[in-house]
Amino acid sequence: MQFAFLLEQVVNGLVLGGYYLLIALGLSLIFSVGGVVNLAHGAFFALGAYVSVEITKYLGFGSAVVLSPIAVAMLGILFERYILRRFYTADPILSLLVTFGLAMVAEQAIRIIWGAPPISAAIPPALRGSVFLGDFLFSRYRLLILAVVIGVLVAVWLLLHKTSFGRVVRAGIQRPEMVAALGIRLQPYMTAIVMLGVGMAALAGAFFAPITIVQPAMGADIITVAFVVVVIGGLGSFWGVVIAALLVGVVRGITIHFEPAAGEASMYVLMFVVLLVRPRGLLGERIEKFE
Amino acid sequence: MFSYSRRTLLKTGAAFAGASALGFPAIVRAQATRIKIGHLVPLTGFLGAIGSYAQLGVKLAAEEINQSGGIMGKQIDLISEDSVNPATASTKAQRMIEQDGAVVLLGEISSASSLTIMQVAERNKKVFFSTGARSDALRGKNCNRYSFHCDIPNTVMVNAVGTALNQKGMVKGKKFFTLTADYIFGHDLLKAAKTFFDANGATLAGDELIATDVTDFSPYLLKVRQAKPDVVCCNLAGNQVTNLVKQYAEFGFPYPLVGFNLNTGDAWAAGEGNLSGTWPTVWYHTLDNPASKAFVAAFTQKYGKPPENHAWIEYVTLKLLAQAINEIKSTESDALIAHFEKQTEFDIMKARKGYFRSWDHQLVQEAYPFTVKPKGEMKDKWDMLVLGDAVPVAAEPLEKIYPTKTQNPCEMKA
Repeated sequence: MQFAFLLEQVVNGLVLGGYYLLIALGLSLIFSVGGVVNLAHGAFFALGAYVSVEITKYLGFGSAVVLSPIAVAMLGILFERYILRRFYTADPILSLLVTFGLAMVAEQAIRIIWGAPPISAAIPPALRGSVFLGDFLFSRYRLLILAVVIGVLVAVWLLLHKTSFGRVVRAGIQRPEMVAALGIRLQPYMTAIVMLGVGMAALAGAFFAPITIVQPAMGADIITVAFVVVVIGGLGSFWGVVIAALLVGVVRGITIHFEPAAGEASMYVLMFVVLLVRPRGLLGERIEKFE
Repeated sequence: MFSYSRRTLLKTGAAFAGASALGFPAIVRAQATRIKIGHLVPLTGFLGAIGSYAQLGVKLAAEEINQSGGIMGKQIDLISEDSVNPATASTKAQRMIEQDGAVVLLGEISSASSLTIMQVAERNKKVFFSTGARSDALRGKNCNRYSFHCDIPNTVMVNAVGTALNQKGMVKGKKFFTLTADYIFGHDLLKAAKTFFDANGATLAGDELIATDVTDFSPYLLKVRQAKPDVVCCNLAGNQVTNLVKQYAEFGFPYPLVGFNLNTGDAWAAGEGNLSGTWPTVWYHTLDNPASKAFVAAFTQKYGKPPENHAWIEYVTLKLLAQAINEIKSTESDALIAHFEKQTEFDIMKARKGYFRSWDHQLVQEAYPFTVKPKGEMKDKWDMLVLGDAVPVAAEPLEKIYPTKTQNPCEMKA
């Protein structure tokens, strides 16, 4: 019985890891290609949640989870074109400062537009409740999220590995000078990567609005976890981030099963141990420009 | 092209992510005039949402007092800031007294921060009205002569909900599973809950202590299901309550969810159809008395939404403080304490007046259990709660639901 409970926590942790993954994957892509730690990533997550709650009021939940990430991705274009682009070759402290500042601006903007108190959002009635698979209990809604995450993951993997777009992006991570020498400008690719990254963060926000509190600081709360996942996974590695996200979810679940008080600390301990053994992260590649 | 090392990048990145977790300060300052009053409330973090209501309430009170001539003919200069966390709260309280010249302090929702401000108040011999902190320990073993407590303590919330649950036959012989906020407030509430369970024939099937920054409750909900309790009881605080209520509805468990702590703001944030069960409250904007209605009208007109219970308590506290100072014509701490220790009664927008109990400085007042209104009956999105009868019932003395002198280990040093 004890083992079954533990297994249940592991499976639940995998689902939770999927949620971390949506946010961390975009962060990692932007970091790997542009060399910029986007501390404003959480703000796009929060915007995704707020915009989807607004759209739900008029068009329903189904439209909201599609339109909100698209709207936020459009915002991502402006973000890349007018802010991020200036900092790819600058001292990293500048890009950290500007994205950190932007996160504050975004949080206050949300406060001004929607107010400081949280806004309410609920799961559509049809998606409520839990389902049993054997002796395992799953929230119906989280199974839906899991399906969406797997779909997004497959799409991003195909995009990066089976298209010419992906080849340029991967080459850009490893050898930006070589790509430039071949006459390919990386900038439009970077715009697309930022769109994709913040779009995924917004998608996570849209799906999590109905089950977590929707409040202005929600972005600041999530960025730390996403950052930890990226560091554990390692730069430039698609699967590294995937494994790290799932690992963080599972380790948290197991820790809460045995030692609830240590639940939130578990991911930092995990990061500590991973960095001790593998300073580049689990599957981090050697990327010349970062060494 | 890139001249920095990955290691530097990671380190600075981690530092910034850490800094961002601390929250962004939201500072609001009034113009300097005559009587300075310091106000601290969490505007960020897990209590930030309800803290924002508290700030709106205290600002409205200050404006109204200033319009009607101020305190002793002087205008109030309200210094209202984000208390952030216990350490910052204490630093800011000290600064407000020392540098800004605040004659009195009020505010706070977090019991942990309130405790540190209480110590600052005692050290500086300034009066502090702890408006929204509910831990029993603050008015119990940690009480001091300079601190007054306006919100209902944990024991009263447990008694208010417990009485209602008892009437529904949901206590005797039942197995409870509690989810508890892991800081002084939660520990304190769990203790009060255990006392209640023991006294009323209920058992505790399990308890989980949950950190205040947790947003995902699924691992804890799985543990609830493993324990198969009769009733699940929420002893959480602030954003935690909203997150739990949402995710509890998501999983759709058959066990009824009740709670010994809830602020209306948390209920409003939970979303349609997510909240159910029986909970306590200290005030609600639908209470039917003239003073309350006037306040609700003024607040709604100014801010476009009805006041939450923390807006009410801040408003009432500043008002009764101004009234007291006007009566005794002094802002001296000793004079104020003597005045309140006379157990002077104040209109606090409830059927019965309230007063600060002389020996533990607790504002003695009615409390209410409530259940959730069915969706069809709600007039608007704020109209969520059905208030039960006031506790204690009208015929009984107010102090009946408060800890007695033998139960409450408060000893004040002169």
